Amino acid sequence: MALPVYYSPLEKGWHYTYRVICAAILVFLVAPIFVIVPLSFNALPYFTFSPEMLSLNPAGYSTQWYSEFFTEESWQHAVRNSFVIAIFATLISTLLGTLAALGLSRSQMPFKAAFMALLISPMIVPLIISAAGMYFFYTRIGIASTHLGVILAHAALGTPFVVITVTATLTNFDHSLTRAAASLGASPTATFFKVTVPLILPGVVSGALFAFITSFDEVVVVLFVGSVEQRTIPWKMFSGIREEIRPTILAVATLLVCVSILLLTALELLRRRNERLHGPGAS
Amino acid sequence: MTQGSAEVIRTADGIPLGISLQRTLLRSRLRALMLVLPLLAFLTVTFILPILDMLYRSVDNQIVASVLPRTTVAIQIWDAKHPKLPDEPVFEALVLDIQAAYADKTLGRVGRRLNYEKPGISSLFRKTGRQAKHITEAPFKEQLLSVDKRWHDVSVWRLIHRESGALTASYFLASSDLRLDDQGKIVRQPEPRRIYVSLFYRTLWMSLLITVLCLILSYPVSYLLATLPTRTSNLLMILVLLPFWTSLLVRITSWIALLQTQGVLNDLLVFIGLIPEEARLQMIYNKIGTIIAMTHILLPFMILPLYSVMKTVPASYMQAARSLGASPFTAFVRVYMPNTVPGIGAGCILVFILSIGYYITPALVGGRTGTFVSNFIATHISGTLNWGLAAALGVILLALVLGLYLVYDRIVGVNNMKLG
Repeated sequence: MALPVYYSPLEKGWHYTYRVICAAILVFLVAPIFVIVPLSFNALPYFTFSPEMLSLNPAGYSTQWYSEFFTEESWQHAVRNSFVIAIFATLISTLLGTLAALGLSRSQMPFKAAFMALLISPMIVPLIISAAGMYFFYTRIGIASTHLGVILAHAALGTPFVVITVTATLTNFDHSLTRAAASLGASPTATFFKVTVPLILPGVVSGALFAFITSFDEVVVVLFVGSVEQRTIPWKMFSGIREEIRPTILAVATLLVCVSILLLTALELLRRRNERLHGPGAS
Repeated sequence: MTQGSAEVIRTADGIPLGISLQRTLLRSRLRALMLVLPLLAFLTVTFILPILDMLYRSVDNQIVASVLPRTTVAIQIWDAKHPKLPDEPVFEALVLDIQAAYADKTLGRVGRRLNYEKPGISSLFRKTGRQAKHITEAPFKEQLLSVDKRWHDVSVWRLIHRESGALTASYFLASSDLRLDDQGKIVRQPEPRRIYVSLFYRTLWMSLLITVLCLILSYPVSYLLATLPTRTSNLLMILVLLPFWTSLLVRITSWIALLQTQGVLNDLLVFIGLIPEEARLQMIYNKIGTIIAMTHILLPFMILPLYSVMKTVPASYMQAARSLGASPFTAFVRVYMPNTVPGIGAGCILVFILSIGYYITPALVGGRTGTFVSNFIATHISGTLNWGLAAALGVILLALVLGLYLVYDRIVGVNNMKLG
C-alpha cells in the first residue's frame, strides 16, 4: 500500500513505526506456537535450543519424541479417549443445540432472551465451578469416572457454541423459501431436510467444529469428572507439565498445532461458501 | 378486533377468528418450546443441577446433626450464653453418639468439620473416640471430663451447639476472612489465616491488568486489520485465529519453553549479552508468567470484537475531521475512538470474565504467587477436602462472573456474540 504523497515526514515516520508495532504484536501472537515446532525435534531432553541445533548439525535433531508418542501405550490410550469422547460429545451437542437454535429463532418463541442466556451459561460459568459441581453430582448419580460422564459433561460445555453459530445462520434465513417449498406441495419434513438443512448446514458444521475442539481441548472437567481410564491428550499434557516435563509434550503440541491448522482451514472454507451463498457480511 | 354480537368473524369450521388465531399462536409457541426442551432438559441434568448442588454445599451443615443426632437434640435446652457446662443428659448423648460414630467410622468427618471452626477439635474427637468405649454407665459427665480436659472448655460446647443447625454461614464468613467467636459475634480471622480477601483482590487486579494489556495490544492490530484491504487483512487474520484455535495446553507449553530460566528467551538474552549467565530472569512460575501467558491466550478474544466494531466505522468520519482542520491525532482520539467504544466495552468485559475464572494457566505457570481463586477452589476440593469452603468461594466467584455477564448482555447482547 503506497503512502499518500502529501504525508509529512512526521506522518511517514509514524506510519512505519505503527507498522512495526503491529508486526511485533502479531509476532507475539504466533511466535510461541511456532517455536515449539523445531524444539520438538530436539535430540536432547530439554525445552531449549542446543548448540548443535543452532549450528544446524543433523546430530542435534531427532524424531525420538514423536516415536515415543506413537509407541507409548499411555499416549495412544489418551488419543483414543480424546477422539471417542470428543466425537460422541459433538454428536450430542450438535443435535440438541441445532434443535434448540431452530426453536429459539422462531418469532413465536416465548422468553427468548431468558432461554438464550440459560443455554449459553455453560460457556460463561468458570470451568472450575462447572467441573466441581459435575464432580459432586456425577459421583452422586454414579457416572463419575466413566466415559459416559465425561461425554455428557463435554456435550453440555459444547452446546452453547452450536446454539450461537446456528442461531447466527438462522438470522439471515429467508423464511419465504420454506413457505415456497410448502406451497409447492412439500411436506414439512421434506421442506426441513431439502430446504432448511442445506441452508443452515454451514452454521451446524462450524458449531460442531467448535463443540469438537471444546471437548478435544478440555482438561479441567476431565481432571475432576474422569479417572485414569478417561485420560485424554490434554490430561496427559497437564500432568506431564506438572510432574515430569519431557519433550514428548512438545511433539504432541506440534501435532496439535497441525490439527488446529486443519480446523482453521475447514472453518475458512465454510465461511467462503457461506459468503458465496449469502453475499459478504453474512456471518 | 370487533366482536359485535351479530357479525363475529368465523373461520371455515365455525370457530371465531380471534380464538382460532390464539390457538394457532399457542400451538406455534409450544412447537418452538418443544424444540428447545430437549436441550433444556439435558442441560438441567448435566449442568444446572450439578451447579445448584455445589452452591448448596456452601451453606449445607448436615454433618454435625447426622453424626451426633442425640447430642444435637439434647444440647438445644442448654443455654449457650451461660458460662456453665451442659448437664449430664447432654454428656450422655455425646458419649453414645461418639461411640456409635467411632464404630461406623464417621467420627472423623465431624471432627474435621468442627476443626475448620476451632483448630485442635479434630484430635479431641479422635482421642475421645478411642477411649469412649470404656464409658458404659453414669456419671457420663465426670468420666468424659477426665478423658480430656478440653471438654471443660465451654467454647467447645458452644461450637457444637452453634453448628448443630442444618445451615451454616461459616463457610461464607471464612471466605471473607471472618469467623464467629465463642459468643457468636463476627470477628476477623487471626492474621496468618487472612488469605481469601487478598486472594480475591489479587485475582481481580491481575485480571484487570491482563484486560488492559490485551486492550493496548489489540487496538493497533484491530485497527490495522480493519483498515487494510480485505485480501491482506484476511491473511493477517489467520495469524490471530491460529492461536485462538490452538490447544490451550500447547500455548502454555510453548510459554514454558520460552520463559523458563533455561528457556529460549533467557538463552537469547544471555547470548546477546543483555544479562549475565548467573542472573537469568525468573519469568515463569510467578505473577509475570501468569500475566504473559494469559494475555497471549486471551488476546484474540479482544481483537475479534474490536475488529468487528472498527469494520463498521466509515473511513469518511476521519477524513471529514481532517478536512475540518483536526490534526491526525485529534481526529483519531476525538472522532475514531469514541466510535469504537462498544467494541472496547465488549472485548474488555469478555476478557475480564474469562480471566477471573481461569484455572489451568495459573495452575501451570503461576507458581505460588500467580494463582487465582479458581486454584484455591480446586485445592479445597481435591486437596484439603473442605468442600463447603470451596463451594462458598465458588458462589462468590460465580456471582462476580454472572454480574459481569449481565452487563455484557446489556451492552452486546448474547445474541450478537460472534465466534471466529
